[in-house]
Amino acid sequence: MTMFKSMSKSARSTFTTYAMVVVAYVIVQILANGGMITNSLTGQLVPICAYICLAVSLNLVVGISGELSLGHAGFMSVGAFAGVVAAACFSSSVPNDALRLILSIAVGGGCAAIAGFVVGIPVMRLHGDYLAIVTLAFGEIIKNIMNNLYVGLDSAGLHFSMTDANSLGMSGGTILINGPQGAVGIEKLSTFFAGFILVIFCLFVVLNLIHSRSGRAIMAVRDNRIAAESVGINVTKYRLMAFVISAALAGMAGALYAMNYSSIVPKKFDFNTSILILVFVVLGGMGNIRGSVISATILTILPEMLRAISDYRMLIYAIVLILVMLVSNNPTLKGAWANLRSRLRGRRGRPKVAAAEAAGDAPEGGDSDE
Amino acid sequence: MSRVSEALKPNTKMVPLPSDYIVPERDVNEIPVLECRHLGIDFGGLHAVEDFNLTVGKTEIAGLIGPNGAGKTTVFNLLTKVYAPTRGTIMLDGQDTAGMSISRASQAGIARTFQNIRLFSSLSVEDNVRIGLHNQVHCGMMPGIFRTPRYWKSEREFHEKSLELLDVFDMSSYAGITAGSLPYGAQRRLEIVRALATNPKLLLLDEPAAGMNPSETADLMQNILKIRDQFKISVMLIEHDMDLVMGICEGIAVLNYGKIIAKGTPEQIQENPQVIEAYLGKSREA
Ligand SMILES: Nc1ncnc2c1ncn2[C@@H]1O[C@H](COP(=O)(O)OP(=O)(O)OP(=O)(O)O)[C@@H](O)[C@H]1O
Ligand SMILES: [Mg+2]
Repeated sequence: MTMFKSMSKSARSTFTTYAMVVVAYVIVQILANGGMITNSLTGQLVPICAYICLAVSLNLVVGISGELSLGHAGFMSVGAFAGVVAAACFSSSVPNDALRLILSIAVGGGCAAIAGFVVGIPVMRLHGDYLAIVTLAFGEIIKNIMNNLYVGLDSAGLHFSMTDANSLGMSGGTILINGPQGAVGIEKLSTFFAGFILVIFCLFVVLNLIHSRSGRAIMAVRDNRIAAESVGINVTKYRLMAFVISAALAGMAGALYAMNYSSIVPKKFDFNTSILILVFVVLGGMGNIRGSVISATILTILPEMLRAISDYRMLIYAIVLILVMLVSNNPTLKGAWANLRSRLRGRRGRPKVAAAEAAGDAPEGGDSDE
Repeated sequence: MSRVSEALKPNTKMVPLPSDYIVPERDVNEIPVLECRHLGIDFGGLHAVEDFNLTVGKTEIAGLIGPNGAGKTTVFNLLTKVYAPTRGTIMLDGQDTAGMSISRASQAGIARTFQNIRLFSSLSVEDNVRIGLHNQVHCGMMPGIFRTPRYWKSEREFHEKSLELLDVFDMSSYAGITAGSLPYGAQRRLEIVRALATNPKLLLLDEPAAGMNPSETADLMQNILKIRDQFKISVMLIEHDMDLVMGICEGIAVLNYGKIIAKGTPEQIQENPQVIEAYLGKSREA
């Protein structure tokens, strides 16, 4: 405990986030071993992990880098199908399941990173609403490419086609991705433990990045682009960095997600999924990584919990969403909460800035230095 | 041969060099840190800055004054490459800055503060300075994510250097505070610290005393002198507070409607009838 207190504020917050995830994992694992978790919830464990990773990675773009991206499911999709293909390719050469899963997730992440880079270069020329709309468009483009992608594997290696399965020119072998039908016969490699490790990995990458030189540059660009440029930061480089890392992590999550099912269709990764992930981020708080973890978990479990009242399930889900949004954005409640926290903590540390100094109010000069 | 004859063509346009090359005596043997020649920019039909010729010496404190809307901030935006000039050249320490981006200009040695404060307001005071140190301390993305020894070394360096810089303005006790919650005067000082962190040759201050009370302004004057002496850099400042300008500037240029109407020492500027009419007279009345 004393060690915990001696940590800096940010280190303490980071520690809390990891601790929360580990404790949650252990509790769920114990409950599952005791048979105290319903089957439907057990089936949700890997998707929950995937959604946490997606929310954390999207938060890197939306909250940390400050760009509204509406095409996150596209990178998830690239990672999912690349991961599935990789797993099939490695099936004979890498007999160890865990190792094959790691390699497939890495391939999924790598391919999504490339997609992120290709999409990012034109997107980074834009800002604000325009950027949001173009990412949305790219998300749809990726979905449509996946809808028309045919991949087969035979003794000669991989075959690709964008027209139909026949044009793959296969001699025997199996069709891995069959256009709109997606991937079938996926080997179910993902486990809850793997999901837990991937969540820790995503947190590790994003939290460490935030507290490094590169992460500070990303946040500087978010807070004030002109000022960031004026201190010599290459704005495009750091915006692109956040975008590509985010895409890579989304691709890894996509691979984990896909290998939890025996088949998966490209339609799964559409605009609705992008919005779902965005809802996790907004609800958990922009730039609040721990918030993303919590909201992704709760909002993935909630519809399952509400299954009993199946007819009203989505209605209640929507109402809960609206309530949480209202509560978390209410200044009165926020103030009360902050008050309570500071009272609980007592008057520890925190140098108070002399109020007298605050007297000189900001005169509004011309806005001409834009 | 043909080249010579071309150069001697009778209709070759001759360009006068800035004749009024004034810098402090101690700087005359050095390359000037800033040399603007025939600098100009148009916004549509408006000549916001026209034929701007100015030289700033290596350790000079120069002032740029003029009535509201004269084009002072626009000059700073030209120098820092926020705007590309329509005409003219800017030499920074003997290097032509044509075609540079804002961040390249910063790396070439020019730093600034903004008339409307532009801090990274959601980040801490120390982080603001660390971001200013971006090109002084290096650590790539991968070492940062995987926390190699390189990362820890760079973070230590960031921490030490930023506290050292904050100490210039006695602000190191504010290091952990969110920049946006600082009082106004302290925000202005933090902007100067952040600019200094980029290790500039020339520091541009856009109305550094705006919104400060007289005692804060007096401290600021001392601090600007201290910065110049300690960091051996040039400072160019825009300011409406005449006590500050006349008190610390060695050379002053007066801008009106985008044109320089007078240049000289504080004494010369104060006596210049054109300046009195265009600027001092009016602002006294206002
Ligand atoms: N980006 C722009 N587009 C069009 N006109 C501009 C732009 N920036 C500045 N101007 C115009 O150029 C002129 C000079 O503006 P500038 O901000 O440089 O004045 P200033 O001397 O800094 O004034 P102040 O003392 O009020 O800060 C003004 O008429 C302004 O409206
Ligand atoms: Mg101005």
